[in-house]
Amino acid sequence: MDQPFHLTLNGQPHTVTTDPQRPLLQVLREDLKVTGPKPGCGEGQCGACTVLIDGKRQHSCILPIKDAAGKAITTLEGLSAGGQLHPVQEAFLAEGAMQCGFCTSGMIVSTVALLKEVPKPTDTEILSWMNPHICRCCGYPRILKAVHRAVSEAKR
Amino acid sequence: MNTNATNEKIPVAPAEETVDGVEFDFAMDRRRFVQVLGAGLVIAVGGGSAWAQDRGGRGGRGGSPSAVAARIHLANDGTITVLTGKIEMGQGARTELAQAAAEELRVAVGQVQMVMGDTSLVPDDGVTAGSRTTPATVPAVRQGAAAARNLLLDLAARKWNVERNTLEVRDGRITHTASQRTLTYADLARSGEAAEVFKQSVPNDVTLTAVEKWRVMGTSVPRPNRRDLVTGVHKYPSDHTRPGMLYGKVLRAPSYGAKLLSVDLSPAQAMTGVVVVRDGAFVGVAASTTFVAEQALRAVAETAKWESAPHPSSREIFDYLRQGVRGGVPKNPHSEELAQAARKLQATYHVAYVQHAPMETRVALAEWNEGKLTVWTGTQAPFGYHSELVRTFSLPNENVRVIVPDFGGGFGGKHTAEAAIEAARLAQAAGKPVLLRWTREEEFTWAYFRPAAVIDAEASLDASGKLTSWHFININSGGAAVDTPYRAGKASSRFIGSNPPLRQGSYRTLAATANNFARECFMDELAAAAGADPLDFRLAHLENARLRAVLEEAARRFNWRERVKQKQPNTGVGLACGTEKGSYVAGCVEIAINRTQDQISVRRVCEVFECGAVVNPDNLLAQVQGCIIMGLGPALREEMRFADGKMRNAVFSTYPVPRFADVPELDIHLLNRPDLPSAGGGETPIIAIAPAIANAVFHATGRRIRSMPIRLQTGQDA
Repeated sequence: MDQPFHLTLNGQPHTVTTDPQRPLLQVLREDLKVTGPKPGCGEGQCGACTVLIDGKRQHSCILPIKDAAGKAITTLEGLSAGGQLHPVQEAFLAEGAMQCGFCTSGMIVSTVALLKEVPKPTDTEILSWMNPHICRCCGYPRILKAVHRAVSEAKR
Repeated sequence: MNTNATNEKIPVAPAEETVDGVEFDFAMDRRRFVQVLGAGLVIAVGGGSAWAQDRGGRGGRGGSPSAVAARIHLANDGTITVLTGKIEMGQGARTELAQAAAEELRVAVGQVQMVMGDTSLVPDDGVTAGSRTTPATVPAVRQGAAAARNLLLDLAARKWNVERNTLEVRDGRITHTASQRTLTYADLARSGEAAEVFKQSVPNDVTLTAVEKWRVMGTSVPRPNRRDLVTGVHKYPSDHTRPGMLYGKVLRAPSYGAKLLSVDLSPAQAMTGVVVVRDGAFVGVAASTTFVAEQALRAVAETAKWESAPHPSSREIFDYLRQGVRGGVPKNPHSEELAQAARKLQATYHVAYVQHAPMETRVALAEWNEGKLTVWTGTQAPFGYHSELVRTFSLPNENVRVIVPDFGGGFGGKHTAEAAIEAARLAQAAGKPVLLRWTREEEFTWAYFRPAAVIDAEASLDASGKLTSWHFININSGGAAVDTPYRAGKASSRFIGSNPPLRQGSYRTLAATANNFARECFMDELAAAAGADPLDFRLAHLENARLRAVLEEAARRFNWRERVKQKQPNTGVGLACGTEKGSYVAGCVEIAINRTQDQISVRRVCEVFECGAVVNPDNLLAQVQGCIIMGLGPALREEMRFADGKMRNAVFSTYPVPRFADVPELDIHLLNRPDLPSAGGGETPIIAIAPAIANAVFHATGRRIRSMPIRLQTGQDA
């Protein structure tokens, strides 16, 4: 049975009327036309669908819309403001940290969450934070360099 | 590449892309086919020929289209657009082809726009596969661009009544220094003169810029649309929408080979806004959301009755493939050498079925408009998809358009059009555009696989430790790199087909990974039998200077000769080399063994790669890194497990691909050879990693593991 859900997406209020069990990822992509978060696995294993919910990273592919209701959701699209890229986006650009790029949205959003939650992460903490993300092009070395760059810029 | 003069000439299957397709037998289309035959044959054939001629012929392999205009477009503001049938899926074709055009047109790379993989606009440059973009399409684009530049220079020369060779061109500005006259490309575009001369054919003898004069090629140009990737602006095929679009789902068999006996569509048909299609064996649904489409599909699936078919399990796959060889496996013909040998060795190697598992699964958005079909999809073969759609729906060529936005990975896995055909069939029934995106489980189960391999190797050595004969048979997986690059006395190497139980197709370097794994492991075994160091043994049998160069450089950088002598507990080193698709690779690895957990971890990889003149060092390095790390998966863990016709590990949680934590210390050296033609670099770097690891396991433990994945435990979990 469809129900209305209120949420804030990238700073804008939205109301969607839909089935409470529908995954947030589908609502974002199909109803709200926000396609930064990608469908990769549907089981919370690859991280391509990662979004921030009240600042914490979540797999939007396995999160029912009812559990996102009333919360503030940030996707890749919400990171840059007025043509100004987020420092993490800049770091990924500077390191050329993408091949096909399908994982990039999740990688960037997760790095933003890392900077918020672990202000001065060690190398080991960075590795284990990023490990839930899959890049099938296996561009891991450059992604890792981008994350390190973002971390050291954030420290400054 | 085979430098062995005594090698027997045994025909092998071509190392071309051989991919098992899926036949769609739509009843409706048989009827329409008859109608087309009856009424429209002449039009269809006529239209088809003209359509094909415009784009350089069907099945193009990177050859130039005839007219300059088919390759290069010049806008009134001077913007240059390059048209190519190649696609971008992460290996850098977009960047390299933009560099190629910018180089010859003498403009900055930012002035070049790329239109890729749109079958209504671009020439057929063949499949984006087989590392062919660099050696075939880069030259084709350079020829077109150089021809365009010459035509523009000729226009200026005629205007000013001077010789072409007195003109200079830079950043799209043509200058006659003596008379201080200038013209821009934009001037010639606005006057209409450029468009007129671009109707001319690309001459075959157009001179390309010499490597030593490269300004754009040979440099690390970043991906042109990189900003769109980090902002989410780029629309992948999965992200495209059309007004009124529905989301599709297709009913899959519960097991391989199962036949649909009956299905009741009415529960799904009763759902609001749901379109249900049955056409022969094809059953699918479409709805306004994926969620509703999934519910409709479940309603259909619950009513479906199936008849299952016998299917072998992955536990018995290697016996099954051996038994499937028609006429039996050929015997070793070198009986004389074997009889006289000081030592002889025989071994069999196994390579498991694996999946490409690109981040973006197969997806297609299909839209019909007045009998014309447009499909947005991710494919390495836009023109191949076009042909499949034309054939399946009995349409004239010009009524099908395939558009390929930069998509989320292929690795040889996206050559067949099934998702596009399914989406088109659903859209046809719905009368609305339909987006069909395969789930991860569908991708793991129904996409074609990298073939499993059984490889028999046998060789003989004389008293001095020299190879006197070599016999190498690849069963089922393919002929790529099946020939040995080593001097091996009498040598016979070949691929023979079997009766595979799964759909098979290409994967990064096709069978070269399997063949190189077996060969390089076997060379290591032979070295041990001959009492020789693995490096010395290879070099003693290797004439090819390019392969020797990468091997020696990798060994030097890794400090092989010292490291191989050091015996550290639970640590091993191994090396391997190989050549395929005109490029050369050698790798040394250091591994650590965790005996309590029977685990192998790769600590360090030193790889040297050479593919002629490097077009884009930064992109090449990314490809080599990606190949090595991707190669760790099938080397150590990846393996499709199946039984009773069902895939047992069709999700990432049970099919463990490489992750951040698996990345070893990487020391990669690109050996640039500006004196040699550029070859592709997105595939061959993968072939050294697995055998080097297996050889390191021997160094650490004294055990030979003759299978991929390389596991210390025997047997597989099911």
